[in-house]
Amino acid sequence: MSSVEEISNPVAENLEEDGVEEENTVEEAEMEYEEPVKGGYIFYRDRKEWADLEPVPQDDGPNPVVKIAYSEKCNKSSDCFGLQKVTKSVQVTCILHESVVFDVCRHYRRVLLQALDKDLREEMKYITAIIEDQPKNYQVWHHRRMVVEWLNDPSEELQFVAEILSQDAKNYHAWQHRQWVMQEYKLWDGELEYVEELLEEDVRNNSAWNQRHFVISHTRGYSDSAILEREVQYTLKQIKKAPHNESAWNYLNGILQDGGLSSYPGLLEQVTELQDTCSSPYLTAFLVDLYEDALETNSSSYDQQETLNKALELCKLLAEEKDTIRREYWNYVSRSLQNTYGSGDPVASSSDPPPPSSSQQPDTEPSDP
Amino acid sequence: MGTQVKDVVIKPEAPNTLLLDKHADYIAAYGSKKDDYEYTLSEYLRMSGIYWGLTVMDLMGQLSRMNREEIIEFIKSCQHDCGGISASTGHDPHLLYTLSAVQILSLYDSINVIDVDKVVDYVKGLQQEDGSFAGDKWGEIDTRFSFCAVATLALLGKLDVINMDKAVGFVLSCMNFDGGFGCRPGSESHAGQIYCCTGFLSITGQLHQVNADLLGWWLCERQLPSGGLNGRPEKLPDVCYSWWVLASLKIIGRIHWIDKAKLRSFILACQDEETGGFADRPGDMVDPFHTLFGVAGLSLLGDEQIKPVNPVFCMPEDVLQRIGLQPDLLN
Repeated sequence: MSSVEEISNPVAENLEEDGVEEENTVEEAEMEYEEPVKGGYIFYRDRKEWADLEPVPQDDGPNPVVKIAYSEKCNKSSDCFGLQKVTKSVQVTCILHESVVFDVCRHYRRVLLQALDKDLREEMKYITAIIEDQPKNYQVWHHRRMVVEWLNDPSEELQFVAEILSQDAKNYHAWQHRQWVMQEYKLWDGELEYVEELLEEDVRNNSAWNQRHFVISHTRGYSDSAILEREVQYTLKQIKKAPHNESAWNYLNGILQDGGLSSYPGLLEQVTELQDTCSSPYLTAFLVDLYEDALETNSSSYDQQETLNKALELCKLLAEEKDTIRREYWNYVSRSLQNTYGSGDPVASSSDPPPPSSSQQPDTEPSDP
Repeated sequence: MGTQVKDVVIKPEAPNTLLLDKHADYIAAYGSKKDDYEYTLSEYLRMSGIYWGLTVMDLMGQLSRMNREEIIEFIKSCQHDCGGISASTGHDPHLLYTLSAVQILSLYDSINVIDVDKVVDYVKGLQQEDGSFAGDKWGEIDTRFSFCAVATLALLGKLDVINMDKAVGFVLSCMNFDGGFGCRPGSESHAGQIYCCTGFLSITGQLHQVNADLLGWWLCERQLPSGGLNGRPEKLPDVCYSWWVLASLKIIGRIHWIDKAKLRSFILACQDEETGGFADRPGDMVDPFHTLFGVAGLSLLGDEQIKPVNPVFCMPEDVLQRIGLQPDLLN
């Protein structure tokens, strides 16, 4: 643990715009963490190669409530990255203790990059290292995107994101970056294969299922019936491997929404077949959705009364046995189905006056059991 | 093949009563040692940290223990010429911290210590052609920022300055096949983003555009056998999702689809009996962020020891009543 005192902030913004007489010579600062000398860390202000730079004292404002206290010693698990030291006419220094202050210094860093016409390839190496260190930080990913845009070169991106995902296959930022790269630079080839690899490793990776939907939606699309059938069969195959998998069932439901679950040829049979060996609350829930779709579309392939009864039976099974934590939801679905498709209820008879109570109303908050 | 369903197991000795006094002491003391390493590391989000601390103290009826004058002066020092507000003095402005600052000043009924017109200009200036909002001048786009923008403007009574149709259009373009929302079109549904989008649609009067049954189902599916909530399928539960998921359900009128008793026992198990505060899951280290969302979640579940919290703004209801702000909720 470092002891922290307030020290002068070595950030000096001294961008002199009076022209550069010679070509910018950029001396890269030491990129390595310097070992302490005589038991102490060497401040940049004490290093002889920085001697010609004037540090600007930190100004926290007239009545600092939260004083900015900078760590005097680097946490030994992180590296202090160095600065850009440029020609005498343009001297800018910015110490980045990247595990702390990328968010703070990103402004300075980007201004520097733009003003100094810096080698962006070096910046790419830098941001690669930072992201590997802090893969869940929003700002570092956005910075990488900016560098890719400035370079107009996405050639390393898919490989880089794949590396990050190999450490955490669900990193939300990594997936967003991947989607941006693919869409911006039209890099769709091979992505479906990549998604399948990830699903082989972990069939429950929701991000990969989402990516599958993303790729297909942006390429051939689900209105192509051959594609849709391929996807339905692929998903059912994954479900057989791991029946208790929310992502696969959500995906199946999602891709069939437009066409309707109950009218998809052979689907009811295939799902019912799975009931013996691959039962799960998700399968049962899917059947409820399918029956509901049959009722809603008044499908002639289904006996309406029998379908309603089956649906209500399954809701009861879920509420009372298979998915009791969500019993309120299943009771709601039950009531909705009854109210919408039920018949023979004396209250609904036209010869009786309508009831004053709201017994036929859609769901309101029931009291807790 | 396929991994086990991810969840935690709550140990029998985990806390099962609400330790409000300990939490108030924890927050009151937090940040008093300004040289604390963790405190320093989190400086880049200080304004949000203050909002989390003040809000949870107010919900517990302990706001008076915080240093109002000091905080107001701090906020004044964080407004930049462009109107935007930064996380701390000397840092750069950002929409996230602009919202936090406006929330704090609303709690303290002191909104006029900053230049309100300039804040409005700053927020308006961040709207893009497609209706989305950038977080700051560097252009990161995220539905979180759509929420921050309208929440800020609503608190200031200035929603009319932006292109509302386009803003709504962008958020709706982030709706996914499962009824959820991500950070940009095509992004995976995520409970945090869903909170921002349902909050946005509430503030802008567009909740009818949500498929409440489908989204409500996806949200109540976040509840795991331990009673805790995760943020997307096959992830571990985290107490902050007691807020993101629960508030979203409240906004769309389906909060009763969660097993409240089981969630309550999960949240209580995330307390630290020694230090006070809440952690992301039982046994982990506490922090102010999880403390706010644990307490706010309990408020939404109806705990009477805590003030009612508004599910859209995550601020005490009495503050919003004072401002005259009652965003729509679905029945």
